[in-house]
Amino acid sequence: MGSSTTWALLAATFTASFVEFVEALTIVVAMGATRSWRSALAGSAVALAALAILTAVAGYAIVNWLPRSALELVVGALLLILGLQWLRKAILRSAGLKALHDEDEVYRLEVAAARAAGDERRAGLDWFSFVVSFKGVFLEGAEVVFIVITFGVNAHDVPLAAAGAAAAFAVVVAIGAIAHRPLARVPENTLKYTVGVLLATFGTFWSVEGLGVFQPGSADLEWPGGDWSILGLLVVWFVLSRVLVRVLPSIASRGVPAVAAS
Amino acid sequence: MTLSSALRAFGRFWLDFLVGDDWKIAAGVVLALLVGVALTLSATTGADWLAPVIGGIVILVFVAEMVLDVRGS
Repeated sequence: MGSSTTWALLAATFTASFVEFVEALTIVVAMGATRSWRSALAGSAVALAALAILTAVAGYAIVNWLPRSALELVVGALLLILGLQWLRKAILRSAGLKALHDEDEVYRLEVAAARAAGDERRAGLDWFSFVVSFKGVFLEGAEVVFIVITFGVNAHDVPLAAAGAAAAFAVVVAIGAIAHRPLARVPENTLKYTVGVLLATFGTFWSVEGLGVFQPGSADLEWPGGDWSILGLLVVWFVLSRVLVRVLPSIASRGVPAVAAS
Repeated sequence: MTLSSALRAFGRFWLDFLVGDDWKIAAGVVLALLVGVALTLSATTGADWLAPVIGGIVILVFVAEMVLDVRGS
């Protein structure tokens, strides 16, 4: 793996994980600040333990049960689906056709839900804080696990991919511990845009390479220029996304855009 | 929670996770790669045009989805 691929891998896993951890932090801080820090942190800890088990099981199954080309095809396709979903949202937001993700608004909604919830206690914990924090950390964390495993396995460097995610986790937790509030000033759409382009690039490269499993000998399909074509794909996806940001509003103006925020 | 409802919730979680909030993206990727499979099976081994052509199909399908998405909204 070339150094450019190494940096791209690190940047992609760090940025993607950073965005997911920021979203999880918003939920945990809302629960902690309005109901119970102890229960919110306990829910987060149990979710992290569940994610560790999921990572170990999924990583073992992927590495040991699939031949290399099939592995590239399957995880490349999954990466492509995830990346294009992020890119779609980022393009629509940049084109003004979808509301920007607002971490402050998410926080307000979580706080309102926390205040309106009942006061059930189980195992000495505020059950609402525990469950909501668990779900938030597990759901956002599952995306991180997915990105780390797919990137790491395909780039043959799971430790580096995991290091990118771990660094993002450390940064978000440190900022959250200092600020005790959601990270509303993070340019989330820009980050998701960047990650969407990166995931779409690597997803295209690996899934197409993996189609070689259908050829005699199951050798990878060859991209012209080998790994350098990753750079070409990166440029193509970026330029294409900018063109779509420019063109889509004029297409939408023929009808009323009604894509909801999420 | 019964076993069947737990299994349904588990399946729904993974479906939501993999398909996301726009099923057309996942369907488009699968469609483009199925065309890629057909091209790979019909081409001679090692044909150097295969990868860029299939990559181009993936990109074209995404553009078509975005245009249809915006037009239909």
